[in-house]
Amino acid sequence: MKIIYTDSLIIGGGLAGLRVAIAARKRGYESIILSLIPAKRSHSAAAQGGMQASLAASVKSRGDNEDIHFADTVKGSDWGCDQKVVRMFAHTAPKAIRELATWGVPWSRVRAGDREVVINAERVTITEGEDAHGLITSRDFGGTKKWRTCYTADGTGHTMLYAMDNKAIELDIPVHERKEAIALIHEGNRCLGAVVRDLINGELIAYVARATTMATGGYGRLYSVTTNAVISEGIGTAIALETGIAPLSNMEAIQFHPTAIVPVGILTTEGCRGDGGLLKDVDGHRFMPDYEPGKKELASRDVVSRRMTEHIRKGKGVPSRYGDHLWLDITLLGKAHIDKNLREVKEICEYFLGIDPSKDFIPVRPTQHYSMGGIRTKPTGESIGLHGLFAAGEASCWDMHGFNRLGGNSVAETVVAGMIVGEYVADYCEANSLDFKTSTIESFVNRERKKIDDLIARSSGEEVYELKKSMQAIMMEKVGIFRNGDGLAQAVEELQALLKRSRNIAIQNKVRSSNPELVEAIRVPKMLKLALCAAVGARDRTESRGAHSREDFPARNDREWLKRTLSTWKDEADELPTQEYVDLDIMEMEMPPGSRGYGNDETIHHADTAVREKQIEELKKSMPNADRHEMQEAIMPYVLPEKYRGKNERVGVGYE
Amino acid sequence: MSNDEQGRTLKFHILKYDPQLEGDEPRMVTFEVDEAPGMTIFIALNEIREKHDRSLQFDFVCRAGICGSCGMLINGKPDLACRTLTSRFPRGEITLLPLPAFELIGDLSVNTGEFMRSMSERVEGWIHDQEQESVDLTRIEERMDPDLADEIYELDRCIECGCCISACATKRMRDDFLGAVGFIKVARFALDTRDKRTDEDWYEIIGNDDGVFGCMTLLGCEDNCPKDLPHQHKIAYLRRRMVKVT
Ligand SMILES: Cc1cc2nc3c(=O)[nH]c(=O)nc-3n(C[C@H](O)[C@H](O)[C@H](O)COP(=O)(O)OP(=O)(O)OC[C@H]3O[C@@H](n4cnc5c(N)ncnc54)[C@H](O)[C@@H]3O)c2cc1C
Ligand code: SF4
Ligand code: SF4
Ligand code: FES
Repeated sequence: MKIIYTDSLIIGGGLAGLRVAIAARKRGYESIILSLIPAKRSHSAAAQGGMQASLAASVKSRGDNEDIHFADTVKGSDWGCDQKVVRMFAHTAPKAIRELATWGVPWSRVRAGDREVVINAERVTITEGEDAHGLITSRDFGGTKKWRTCYTADGTGHTMLYAMDNKAIELDIPVHERKEAIALIHEGNRCLGAVVRDLINGELIAYVARATTMATGGYGRLYSVTTNAVISEGIGTAIALETGIAPLSNMEAIQFHPTAIVPVGILTTEGCRGDGGLLKDVDGHRFMPDYEPGKKELASRDVVSRRMTEHIRKGKGVPSRYGDHLWLDITLLGKAHIDKNLREVKEICEYFLGIDPSKDFIPVRPTQHYSMGGIRTKPTGESIGLHGLFAAGEASCWDMHGFNRLGGNSVAETVVAGMIVGEYVADYCEANSLDFKTSTIESFVNRERKKIDDLIARSSGEEVYELKKSMQAIMMEKVGIFRNGDGLAQAVEELQALLKRSRNIAIQNKVRSSNPELVEAIRVPKMLKLALCAAVGARDRTESRGAHSREDFPARNDREWLKRTLSTWKDEADELPTQEYVDLDIMEMEMPPGSRGYGNDETIHHADTAVREKQIEELKKSMPNADRHEMQEAIMPYVLPEKYRGKNERVGVGYE
Repeated sequence: MSNDEQGRTLKFHILKYDPQLEGDEPRMVTFEVDEAPGMTIFIALNEIREKHDRSLQFDFVCRAGICGSCGMLINGKPDLACRTLTSRFPRGEITLLPLPAFELIGDLSVNTGEFMRSMSERVEGWIHDQEQESVDLTRIEERMDPDLADEIYELDRCIECGCCISACATKRMRDDFLGAVGFIKVARFALDTRDKRTDEDWYEIIGNDDGVFGCMTLLGCEDNCPKDLPHQHKIAYLRRRMVKVT
């Protein structure tokens, strides 16, 4: 049995995983990163539009700060998030972006003087200040009060990931590529590492570590059409679930992005609308102002996706052989702007659609995009059930996005979480040595070996590709943008049937080394468990919140549902997750639940809301001389690692 | 989408060889696929794997032309398979070979990851600045000329797909030749004012026959780079700068 020991094992080489590894390494702990693919190819590279941080340098972002970023994020989450975590995040995001600037990200910069932009379909001239010349600039994105999304053209994730991986190479952090974690190893409630399959030679290796971090990204591939990479299958999340003691959270909170191209689902960034692009229907009519006169195309993602779907249902979609779609019109931005700031979008249009977006409209439809749910952790990033297991990035749910995440907040989260969780991982390594019984490691490896042996030995049974396609179709159709009780009940039943069948998969290719069919056979049963967590969560949550939208329960119901969903898979033989709910305590919130300002507000409020509002008001009155930092601290104190506590400087206002 | 795409049967000729399997020999295998509108090689290969050959190995991640995983020789030309539409081939015959110059993992899958990591280590592809660690992150960032930021981004767009390496005659003759992707990295960091390395430092890395002086300027790299990076211009520029050092 091959065993590899390290201090800090990080599963996932995207932005989050790399940043955690860097933090632990800098504190003197040996770190190893595992990845299915070379780190620079991780899906973080696909992020186009940008990263939110309240730097407030561009003229349209002046006045921005942590408070406004916090408020936008909490509203965006439909009050489903952990507000303390959002505070930690908003306070650290400017530092994250500035750190990345020193590591080489060529952030687009402010150019002093006049420039033409498109706002609400009109060309207007804005004047950038001399004092901001050369500072990091930002663009508009959905659901934000200020222009807060920093970018490098529309290749932001790419440049961030490259800078991050280059830093990891500088620090000599090994990335073990083409390795797949297929199970976590634990003794009681202490995580000891993972059983890993080498995707080239098929060997099983035990990686044993003081601390293990899951940074495996999202699970968009539970759906048949998604913007996510083909490797975004959620296996990291699933193997945490399979421990039976590390709960997942809010798995029903799944985001659909308004503008993925039809039919293949490749994303065109929100930056298209942020920069002034419009959504149009079959008649060429700009319909978003009819629904959302305030924010129009730049309402929060969940809102825009629902409005688009409604509009298509009214018969206003553009018919095509792949079903109805709508148009994204960026022609009004002009060729020069597109060639410079929306280059990736342009290439995608050329290669996959054969069109020129400076002349032609882009066919788009809302498409699965992001998983708000994931491995439930404390604000430190540590699992609430399994000691020594940490999670960061899209795979985690420390819960800063609640039921809907804002564009630009995810790459920001990956880096910020990496910085913060990385410190706690290092603390954990410092405080805990590695004590374990070799027999524990052996038994986990043997268990996985036996599963693979059984798969290879089975001569007849279920077709893995068929099971996967059925799952993806069910999720698409019944656990989609709009959901209802009947559909969800059916989805659960059908997924359960698929899960049973998945216990009898037989594969045609019996090779033990590199074998893509075997990879699928290992993954699909795990994916089905995640799908079931999402479907059951959605079925039982009889309200609408953020991206979870129930036609039969259209109102947000704080009275009964201001709760976080927890899912565990207690026993391998179970066919359903065990669901529990934890209240979000309004009396601890800095921003008690209110209206997001879209459509009619039908929210069923919680009795505590008014009480807490009053309490906060009185507190504010009692501290007439407090500045915004002191006030915030009095209302909702939160903890950050020492090195990230400092106030953030901004042009024109200093450390105000 | 034109109508004549419909109803075509495509012929894929694919190199099959799994070095992990004892006794396996490289061979060409032909698969037939019914063309669908908008079909890419990514879609076709998945269909082949599912319907005809469960062992077929290839690499796709983003399937959107941005991650650099899917470089292969497509009718002799290195390119990204995920964004190549089958309709581009009027005869309906498509030959796929793994990218040459890289270690073969199996069939169409090659080890570009290891290659790129050692390339990065060789050119030390990160910002060299002694002060970096002591930067106070609460303070306003250092200013950068907006045009310079844009220019760096132009070079930072390389996706490490390896197409330029496969298309390079010099690389084929000389294993230690750095290759175009390495030159692009050097040009990128040499342009970046945050990186404090001097021309003398760069000379150490590329001032020899395995570096810019070995390049024969045949421009296979420029012709085959899917991100249209300005190889010719940058190689010439680096060479001029290096000549001055000597
Ligand atoms: C098309 C697209 C555009 C986006 N644009 C934006 C944007 O503009 N702004 C924004 O804020 N957000 C954006 N997002 C979201 C954001 O990019 C992602 O949420 C974020 O990058 C995820 O980073 P991560 O580090 O958590 O995971 P990833 O970058 O997905 O990395 C996951 C890593 O885990 C590894 N891995 C997975 N499973 C295993 C396993 N079992 N064993 C070993 N390794 C494993 C993979 O190899 C990979 O290295 C976008 C997302 C998409 C899909
Ligand atoms: S320079 Fe071009 S061809 Fe070479 S690796 Fe980079 S993107 Fe690919
Ligand atoms: S120009 Fe130089 S680097 Fe480019 S392909 Fe030719 S020899 Fe190789
Ligand atoms: S799969 Fe990412 S570039 Fe082709």
